[in-house]
Amino acid sequence: MKNAITDSLIITKRQLLQLARVPEVLIFSTIQPVMFVLLFRFVFGGSISTGQPGGYVQLLMPGIFVQTVAFTLAATASGLAEDMKKGLIDRFRSLPIARSALVVGRTLGDSLLNILVLIVMAGAGYAVGWRPTASVLSVFSAFVFLLMFGYALSWTGIYAGLAVRDARTVQNVSFLITFPMTFLSNAFAPTTGMPKALQYVAEWNPVSTMVAACRQLFGLENQFGATANSFPSQHPLTTSIFYMILIMVIFIPLSVRKYKNSSN
Amino acid sequence: MKSVIAEHLVKTYRKGEVKALDDLSLDVEEGTVLSVLGPNGAGKTTTVRILATLLKPDSGNASVAGIDVIKNPDKVRELIGLSGQYAAVDETLTGWDNLVMFGRLYHLGKTASIKRAEDLLERFSLTESARRPIKTYSGGMRRRLDLAASLIVQPRVLFLDEPTTGLDPRGRQEMWEVIQELVKGGVTLLLTTQYLEEADQLADEIAVIDHGKVIARGTSDALKKQVGGERLEITVENADIAKASEIVGRISASAVHVDIRTISAPVLTGSVALMDALRALDEAKIHPLDIGLKRPSLDDVFLSLTGHKAEEAEAKA
Ligand SMILES: Nc1ncnc2c1ncn2[C@@H]1O[C@H](COP(=O)(O)OP(=O)(O)OP(=O)(O)O)[C@@H](O)[C@H]1O
Ligand SMILES: [Mg+2]
Repeated sequence: MKNAITDSLIITKRQLLQLARVPEVLIFSTIQPVMFVLLFRFVFGGSISTGQPGGYVQLLMPGIFVQTVAFTLAATASGLAEDMKKGLIDRFRSLPIARSALVVGRTLGDSLLNILVLIVMAGAGYAVGWRPTASVLSVFSAFVFLLMFGYALSWTGIYAGLAVRDARTVQNVSFLITFPMTFLSNAFAPTTGMPKALQYVAEWNPVSTMVAACRQLFGLENQFGATANSFPSQHPLTTSIFYMILIMVIFIPLSVRKYKNSSN
Repeated sequence: MKSVIAEHLVKTYRKGEVKALDDLSLDVEEGTVLSVLGPNGAGKTTTVRILATLLKPDSGNASVAGIDVIKNPDKVRELIGLSGQYAAVDETLTGWDNLVMFGRLYHLGKTASIKRAEDLLERFSLTESARRPIKTYSGGMRRRLDLAASLIVQPRVLFLDEPTTGLDPRGRQEMWEVIQELVKGGVTLLLTTQYLEEADQLADEIAVIDHGKVIARGTSDALKKQVGGERLEITVENADIAKASEIVGRISASAVHVDIRTISAPVLTGSVALMDALRALDEAKIHPLDIGLKRPSLDDVFLSLTGHKAEEAEAKA
C-alpha cells in the first residue's frame, strides 16, 4: 500500500517533469482559459443583462472555472493514450510496481495542474473585476470543490484514453463531449432562454450544478435564470456531490478493468 | 538449471482467428543465451510478452527463474529486465530523467537512483546526451537507453526483443558489444531476432520459430550444418541451366535450388566448392554470368527447414 502511493507519486512527478521540459504545454493550457475570461467579459459581458451586482463577470467566473476543469480531461485522456501507444506501458507493466500507479499518478498530476491553472485564472478574474463576496473559507471550499470535480472527471478521461488509445482521436472525442456539455448549461447564459427540453437537460447537467454550487459558495444569490423549484437548482451542492460519486463509482472500476485487460 | 521454461504455449487473437503461438515450447539454461529466430509475425514478441508477464497465454505454462509467470507475475517482475521491440522510454524527458525515474520505481531511493542512472549512462556512452530529451536521440541511442532502463536492477533474466532491428551497421555492432558485455556478466538472456548473423554472434543456442511453433533448435553450428553452411550460387544463360544444375548437384550433397537463372545449393567447404565449380564449368564450356558464395541467411534456414521462404511465411500468416 505504501509502495502503491509512492509509485503513484513518482508517476505524478514524471508528469510535472514533462511540463518542465516542455513548458509550452503549461503556457497554452493557461492561456486558453484566460482568453475565455477576457472574451466573455468584454465581448458578451456588455450585452448580457443580469441584474447582478458587480456585473456579469461575477456569474461568468464560476462558469469558466468549471469549464476549464472539465476541459482538462481531454489532456488526461490523450496523455494516457500516448503512453499506451508507445509501448511505454509495457515497460511500466514489467516493473515490480503497483499496477494502479500509472493511472492514479496521472489523475493526481492532473489535479496539481488544475490547481495551477485555477490560481492563474482567479488572478485573471480578479484583474477584470471578479470579487467573491463570501467568507474566505467559503471561497476556499469552492476551489476544493472544483478540484474534486476535476479529479472525478479525470477518471472519465482515463477510461477514454484506455478505450480509444490514439492521442489525437481521444482528444477530439473529449472535446466533442465536454464542449457541448459546458455550453448546454448555466455557465455563460441563463437556461431560461433555451427550449423547454433543453432547459431540463441543462438544469440536470453536472456542469450546471457545479456552476450553481460555486456561485453559491462565492456568495451569489443569482441562479442565473434557473427554473425555480427544480431539484438540482435548489440543491446544487448535494447534486454535484452525488454526480462526483456517481462518476467515480462507474469509471474507476471500469478503468481498472480496462487497464488490466488492455494488453490481452 | 533452466532459467526460462515455456511449455505448450498457445495464444490466439480475434477469437481464435489469428494463431500467434501454436503449442510453442522452449527453455533457456541458466547463464546462457537463447536466440529466438523468426520472420515477421512468427510469434517472437508474443513469446517475450508472455514470459515477461505482460500477456496471458490461452493455455500452456511458463516459468522464469523457477517462478510461474502466470500465477506469480509480481515475483517474476522483480527478477527480469525487458527491452521491448519498440524503445519504451518517455520521449519528452531526458535520458537522465528516465533512468532516475525507473530507479525510483524499482524503489532504489533517490541517491541510489541517481548514482545508478549516471553509471548506466556512462556505460552506454550516453553521458554527453544525458540532459537532452529522448526525442533528439538517434535510433541507436534510444535503443541503448532502453536497454539501460532494463538493467537498473541487475536482472537475473533479460529479454531483448529485436534489439538491433532498424539500426545501421555501426549501431548494430555497438549493440552487440554491449550485449556481449552483459552476457559475460552472467545474465541469462533470451533475445529475438530476424537475423541469422545476429543469433550466430550472440547466442549459445538458437530456436527457429515459424507460425508460432519451434521448427528447429540447436547451436548455431548444428543449424548451419542442417542448412548446409555456405551456399554456392551460379547465374548462367538460359541455355546452360540444365547442365549447370547437374554440375552444382555433383558438388553439393543436398538439393539444388533453381530461381530463374540462378542455381544455388548448400556446400560444405565454400572455397573448395567454388574452385571445383569453376573447373567443371570451364570443362563444360559454360561461362557463368555470376558466381559466388553466399552465407546462409534466415531465408536459407527457412528454405531448408520448411521448404518456403521467410516472406512467404509472413504472407501466409
Ligand atoms: N493484438 C493483436 N491482435 C491481433 N493479432 C495480433 C496481435 N498481436 C499479434 N498478433 C498476430 O500474432 C502473430 C504473431 O505476432 P508477433 O508480434 O508475436 O510476431 P513477431 O514475431 O514479433 O513479428 P515481428 O518480427 O513483426 O515483430 C502475427 O500474425 C500478428 O499479426
Ligand atoms: Mg515482434
